[in-house]
Parts: sequence; structure tokens; C-alpha cells
Amino acid sequence: MSNPKTLFDKVWDAHIVRPETPDTPAVLYIDLHLIHEVTSPQAFSELRQRGLPVRRPERTLATMDHSTPTTPRNALGVIPVIDPQAINQLDQLRKNCADFGITLFELGSLNQGIVHVIGPEQGLTQPGMTIVCGDSHTSTHGAFGALAFGIGTSEVGHVLATQCLLQYRPKTCAVRVSGKLQAGVTAKDIILAIIAKYGVGGGTGHVFEYMGEAIRSLSMEERMTICNMSIEGGARAGMVAPDETTFQYVAGRPYAPQGAAFAEAVERWRSLPSDDGARFDKEMSLDAGSLAPMITYGTNPGMGIPIDAPIPTPEQLPDSASRQALDKAMVYMGLEPGKPLLGHKVDLVFIGSCTNSRINDLRQAASFFRGRKVADGVRVMVVPGSQRVKKQAEEEGLDAIFKAAGAEWREAGCSACLGMNDDKVPAGKYAVSTSNRNFEGRQGPGARTMLASPLTAAAAAVTGRITDPRTMLDER
Amino acid sequence: MKPITTFSGKAVALPIDNVDTDQIIPASYLKITDKSGVADGLFQAWRYLPDGSPNPDFPLNRPEALGATLLVAGHNFGCGSSREHAPWALQGYGFRAVIAPAFADIFRNNALKIGLLPVVIDAESYHELLSHLAEDPHTTLSIDLPNQLLTMPGGRLVSFPIDAFARHCLVHGVDQLGFLQQQEADILTFEATNPVTVYTIR
Repeated sequence: MSNPKTLFDKVWDAHIVRPETPDTPAVLYIDLHLIHEVTSPQAFSELRQRGLPVRRPERTLATMDHSTPTTPRNALGVIPVIDPQAINQLDQLRKNCADFGITLFELGSLNQGIVHVIGPEQGLTQPGMTIVCGDSHTSTHGAFGALAFGIGTSEVGHVLATQCLLQYRPKTCAVRVSGKLQAGVTAKDIILAIIAKYGVGGGTGHVFEYMGEAIRSLSMEERMTICNMSIEGGARAGMVAPDETTFQYVAGRPYAPQGAAFAEAVERWRSLPSDDGARFDKEMSLDAGSLAPMITYGTNPGMGIPIDAPIPTPEQLPDSASRQALDKAMVYMGLEPGKPLLGHKVDLVFIGSCTNSRINDLRQAASFFRGRKVADGVRVMVVPGSQRVKKQAEEEGLDAIFKAAGAEWREAGCSACLGMNDDKVPAGKYAVSTSNRNFEGRQGPGARTMLASPLTAAAAAVTGRITDPRTMLDER
Repeated sequence: MKPITTFSGKAVALPIDNVDTDQIIPASYLKITDKSGVADGLFQAWRYLPDGSPNPDFPLNRPEALGATLLVAGHNFGCGSSREHAPWALQGYGFRAVIAPAFADIFRNNALKIGLLPVVIDAESYHELLSHLAEDPHTTLSIDLPNQLLTMPGGRLVSFPIDAFARHCLVHGVDQLGFLQQQEADILTFEATNPVTVYTIR
């Protein structure tokens, strides 16, 4: 092949409305624009001020997820919203969608859920597409071989008005993941290990393409978990080449092409994977075969260790900035360098978020909870990513397992991931969370977050301590 | 947007790496539907004590930092979320530029859109700035956007990168959305020649 291209190159090149020049960025066409209540209201205000319509409402879809409560429905079957600011924000989204002709998945309706869970589940997310949303975890959709990234509110306005964005071509980074995961080790551990190895700024300016044996053998849900946290490694987008696993996942979903159109689409999608010999600007690698379950001890997602390793000491760190960051993190977390995390007390366990709230995450957690009880004094919140995930989990009886164990089974939403709704971690308390960010105060003021997989979270819930889930896999 | 060319201001240092957008503006301030009050939440957890009074140890609260318009910050400033509320909060507080060795991609983009200048400087100049500010907290710096130059306290000029288009828009007050709207003919051509892959309206 004369000019081998990467997956990213192919998707980027296919969406150029006007090429980059020395004076101007490229004009990039956006196939799908997902919006939610938090980052869109000011963009709609901008459109109103300028008297502009939404250019392509049929390429736009809205849901409610960030500021919504996940508390159980009332006697009327309604999820009650109490926070006046949340009520106002949700009302604004309803009005904006009605005024501009945008489809809205209303709170509590069967299609509603976390924006990055519903896109794939509805078949809206397809290989080769460009997808944006005013949310940094839009990188999730890259698992399908789409180019998907988060944008700010000004850019939400640009896409609403023109269906385009002004963009400079990012660099590419191949992330090669070799080997085969051992029992008790999951996709979440792969991405936490990559970020621990290359840092939270390692991918800045780049788009990741995850590849290799370990990635190929993952389900779509697991690939989404990995792509979701690309932004935690500094990369705006992360992609996985589409394959049979991808096509099977998309087939038959409500908004996916159907029948002959689907067969044609698959033919198109088969040409997307990176060509042999395609060049990447940067390379990263990880051996998944030697991986242990990962957990974070600090206040950014790069501060992660194998669960059976001690917290690093300042002497092990390369420079004064990282030693200073460790000091600060240890004070905030109430932990000590050089000490193990194993056995540390846990107050709250959160299983949910756009990283780990899909059906296979819940199945995995439920398999661990089956026949076991949540430890005394531990609060466990299980929050499905969407109403459809919730329904499916209930059809499979997973909710009964969670409830029998003593965990809370809640309505769909972002929940305790970001401290924006009523689901928060109290100040000073330790939470093992399947979400994506352990920043100071992320899960509530003073919250102490330790990021981990659903299996590690379930093991912590049952023992009330940081526990290696591998030690409990063979107990039954 | 008002054109931005050259300006000077007092600088304050927040020499921490990887300052994330949750620190810049916590999610509880994201429930607004306009931009009002967002500056009140800037660095909330660091800026205020639990009783709500200002934390005297936080750099922005020191008397000599009053009126600072330039923030000198650490590596990978603005990592995390895509919330434009982060640059809104910094701008609302009075900052006109953030000077750092590196910025997170989405933050840098968002800041450029609203005219909060992300000024990238080399590690050596960054450390030099920090020592100047430690010695003299009343240090002022000036920024020349058309020529992409930062004047250090001793008078040394440090050039900084910024994409040509963003610079043009900021210097001349050009509206980026307006520019995109002018591409209508090309957008129509693209739409006419590319199949619709998704249709969200039932």
C-alpha cells in the first residue's frame, strides 16, 4: 500500500469539510452530537441571541444524567427531583429541545441514562463516525472505531449552529496491549495501569488507538471502559478498530442501520482498521498478562498501583513535582507512603458511572455478591448506567442479588461519580469507586476516592476492607 | 469579543502540577444555566476554609495577590472535565491569562474560545518566574499577543506558541462561530456527498 493510514486518519479524512491551512484549522463535520443538561444551556442562549436554528436536529440527541437524582421512584412511578437548581436545569433542557426540535430522552423514561451509555446502547454510536458531546468522557464511543471527543460549551454552540467544529489534526499514539488477562483482572485494570505507567498528561495532544491481543479479546463494554478513561491519560480521544465483536454489538439496535443497509454499513466499516505499516506519532505498551487488579491511592487517576503493592515512597519518585504531589495527596487521603492499601478500611462502595455501569459490569459485580453480604457499616450504591441496563439487570435477577447482599439498587444516572446530584461521599470517608476520577472533592467535598474495577469494588463491599478480589474467586 | 493585543498585570503563582477542572470549579457550580456566580466557586475547596471564610494560606487570598490578572500554574493545568465553567470562573475572577509549562487539551481550547490566554512557557522560564514571584509577590508581567511574547520580570522576552487562527481571532475580535457560518457552501457540499449515518428523530 502506498500511503498506509491509521484508523484515526481514515475517520478524520472522511469528515473534512474544508482542509487545514497555515492560517485556519480544518472544518470537521460532526455526525452525531449528544447533549445533556449541564453543558448545553449557555450554548442554546447563544443561538437565541444570534437568532440561529439548530442546523441538524436529526443528528442531535439529548438526555438527562448529570444533575439528576438516582433515588427510587415515588408512588406515581416518578423520580422526584428536589434540588431547585437541578429542576431549573432540566426544565431548560426540555424547553431547548422542544423549541429547537431535538429528541430528548426524558428522566425516568426507558431510553434515558448516562449519555455515554445510551449512545452505544441505542445504536447511535457506529464505527467511522465523528461524535462529540460537552463531556470529556465522550472518548467512550471510540470503542466502536468512531472519533469521539469532549468539547466545551462554546463548541457545543458551534456544532448546534453549523454541525461542524474548527479543529487542528491531533497526533496519534498506538497503545499496544499484549497478553491475556488473568482471572480477577479486568479492562478497568488495563486502563488504570496504562495511566499509572504514562501519567495523566502522557496522551496530551494525541488520539490513542488501543490495539493488540488483549484488546481484541475484550467485549464492547470492556473496550468502552478503556476508551472512556483515555481522557484521564490526557488523550481527548481513544479508539479501537471495529471487528466482528463491534458489528455484532451494533446489529439490531434501535438507531443502527437495519437489513441491507446494515450489511452495506459493515462492508464500509471493514475498511476502517489501521493499514499495515501505518505510522503513529507515539507508542505505548502494556503487558496485560502480568497485570494485577489496580487501585488508586492518590488524587489523580495516574496515582495507581497493583492492589497488592505498597503506596510509593517519595524516594521512588523521579522528581520534586511528583514528590510534592504525593505529599499533598497523602494529606488529603489520610494515607502513608510505603504502607499497603490492602486491608484499609472502606466506608462506601460506588458501582456505576460511564466507566463501569453497563450490563456486564453489573453481572460481574453480581457474580461476586451472590450468596455474600455487604460488610457492616459499609454503604454500597449500585447505579445502572441507563434505564435499559436497569431493566435488563432486573430481568436477569441481578437487582435481587444486590438487594439481598445489602446494596442499594438505584435509578440510572451519573450519580456519585461527580458530586453534582444528591449522591455524594461524605467528607473524610473512603470510597472504592468504579468511576473515572479521584480528584480532590470529586465525589463530594473531602471525599477520599479509590478507583478500581467492579470486582475489586465488590470485594471491598463484602469485606469492608481493600481486598484483592483474586483471593476470593475460588472460595465457592 | 473585545480584541486582545498587549496587556500587563500582577501575577500570582499556584505552583501545583495537574490542577484539574474539579479544583478550578467544583461540580456544584455547574448547575447554573448562565455564567452568573461561577467565579465565586473558583478553587473553592482550596480558597475557603470549611466555615466558609477565606483560607489565608491560599496564594490567591494573600493581600499582595489582590488584583492579580495573571495566574502562573503548574504542568498539565486544567486536566479532567470539558467544563467551560473552568475558564469562565478564572475569567470571572479577573484573570486574563494562565501561564504554565503545559495545558490539558480541552481546557486550552475552551480558554482560547473565551479570550482567556493559555500561555505555554518552557520549564526553565516557569521556574524562573516562580522564584521571581517568591522574592517579589508584586511582580507584574506583560503579554504581547500579536508577537506572542511574554516579558519576564528582568525584561527577558519569552516567546510562546499559540495557533495562528486563535491568535488572529483574539487580536481582531473575530467571532469563530461567524467564521464557521461562512463555510456554509462547503458544508452543504459535504452533506450532499456523504451518506447520513444516523437519524435521531423518529
